Amino acid sequence: MSNAEEKFSDQTLAKMKEAIAEYPDKASAVLPVLQLIQKEKGWVSPASQRFTAELLSISPARVKEVVTFYTMFHQQPVGKYHIQVCTNISCSLRGGEEIFAHCQKKLGLKGHKDVTPDGLFSLEHVECLAACERAPAMLLGENYKMELTIEKVDEIIDRCKKEGSH
Amino acid sequence: MEKVISALWSVPGANTLEVYKKHGGYEAAKEVLSSWTPEKLIEHVKASGLRGRGGAGFPTGMKWSFINRGSPKPKYVCINADESEPGTAKDRYILELTPHLLIEGTLICAKAIDCHHAFIYCRGEFYDQIAILKKALAEAKAAGIVGKNALGSGYDIQITVHSGFGAYICGEETGLIESLEGKKGQPRIKPPFPAVVGLYNCPTVVNNVETAAALPWIIKHAPEEYKKFGTEKSGGTKLLSISGHVNKPGTYEIPLGLPLSEFINSPNYGGGVWKGRKLKACIPGGSSVPILTAAEVEKTNIDYESCAANGTMLGSGGCIVMDETTDMVHSLRILGHFYSHESCGQCTPCRTGTNWAHRILCRIDDGEGRPEDVDELLKIANNMVGRTICPLADALAMPIKSFLTKFRSEFDKKARREKAA
Repeated sequence: MSNAEEKFSDQTLAKMKEAIAEYPDKASAVLPVLQLIQKEKGWVSPASQRFTAELLSISPARVKEVVTFYTMFHQQPVGKYHIQVCTNISCSLRGGEEIFAHCQKKLGLKGHKDVTPDGLFSLEHVECLAACERAPAMLLGENYKMELTIEKVDEIIDRCKKEGSH
Repeated sequence: MEKVISALWSVPGANTLEVYKKHGGYEAAKEVLSSWTPEKLIEHVKASGLRGRGGAGFPTGMKWSFINRGSPKPKYVCINADESEPGTAKDRYILELTPHLLIEGTLICAKAIDCHHAFIYCRGEFYDQIAILKKALAEAKAAGIVGKNALGSGYDIQITVHSGFGAYICGEETGLIESLEGKKGQPRIKPPFPAVVGLYNCPTVVNNVETAAALPWIIKHAPEEYKKFGTEKSGGTKLLSISGHVNKPGTYEIPLGLPLSEFINSPNYGGGVWKGRKLKACIPGGSSVPILTAAEVEKTNIDYESCAANGTMLGSGGCIVMDETTDMVHSLRILGHFYSHESCGQCTPCRTGTNWAHRILCRIDDGEGRPEDVDELLKIANNMVGRTICPLADALAMPIKSFLTKFRSEFDKKARREKAA
């Protein structure tokens, strides 16, 4: 592949192949392929977007459209621990906005996928996570954390700091 | 009440094939795939009164009947597991606790329209739930339940789990189809409806997770048995999440027709408004349906007809409860933010309407409002309704109109920058 500056692990490449085989039209695999890339690299760089376009025989513009439309794609690297706090209606009725403000303050972040200087944390608002009945909720990386309190959030962040710093 | 969907929720290990089969799992699918004709299946489900549980409430059997099974093109089933309507947290339970129930329901949907490749579209944030579903699917494939000659029936069926990646609009069925085709999830103009031109331009049915999960029980019983749970026109049971200011937030299976006030207050369900406070308002069916005042809650039952008679909708079953201290301006501002953020951008009344509404709501809420703002908001809402390809614009317009009609004085007060009483 002439244009592919990005290299991926054999495992990721094998999973991409599997994903493509699931669909009658390989263009359908654009989301799964980009998801696999983000899983390995932590974000989808312009080079990996070009790689995806070549792999699936679609235009780079179409890949870019997808990357910019779906908010879970990261167009720049995020922290080792990416925190997404729900501030939608059910969470906010039970303190979700206070949780978000607390994370902003504690981490010194604005909450637009910005990253702490040590690269450990990034923060953003997220829209309803379908965890309304156990609000307030957030995603820590790929894991749901629910029925949050300020104390619980402190515990979670402090544990990440400890685990992430060595 | 016997549970149709949630029967195994408290059974340990119900997400495994072994336990699921011990409780009669895959018996319904085996019978349907082996010996039922699509006609028999469609008639049975029509007679049960099952309606789509994703929000629109369209009769499921009738939806299937729109598919031309004689078409030479492949037919597709898409299961909508893109659960994202604020207030709604029910499909998550099915994915986590009984993924095989969903797979079995998917097999039944497939048979109804002669489909041999079904897709389950999950929202991307459901990392854990997708892993559970994929594990269950692998078990089902290894056991010959999904694949060639499924359950020894001679029927071939492939199921693909597909993950979205953070776009509310992909819960709209044509947005979901576009997304499955590897595009931005922008809804299509209808007609043609998906039943005629759907996924890959082929006949397609999109069914909600909860709809599919109700099917195994319905197949095993006479259709009237399912209907008996509900009211004359709203047959069956429904999963309802209750969130916000209640003592026992949670997700419960209820017989349709249950009084809304009982659902909020009964110790079996919501357990009453928290902190001994009074009820101010309730959004019964997910954030896009019109809000009810405490007085209206008393008159409303949880079924399609009673909700409609009281000016709201059952929707996807996300019941959001607000106590007497709730700031309605701020609450509507949150909804304004959500819908403006999630507008896909292709229709002007939605793209600019949701954004203008949100900006006006922000300035009222922040104490920078103008007296004319409230009427301006109503004007914007009226110009959004019914003027777009999909109902996302309506999904904000309806809350704006109902909040402003029912709680107008709060908005006026804040817009005029009066100090709160």
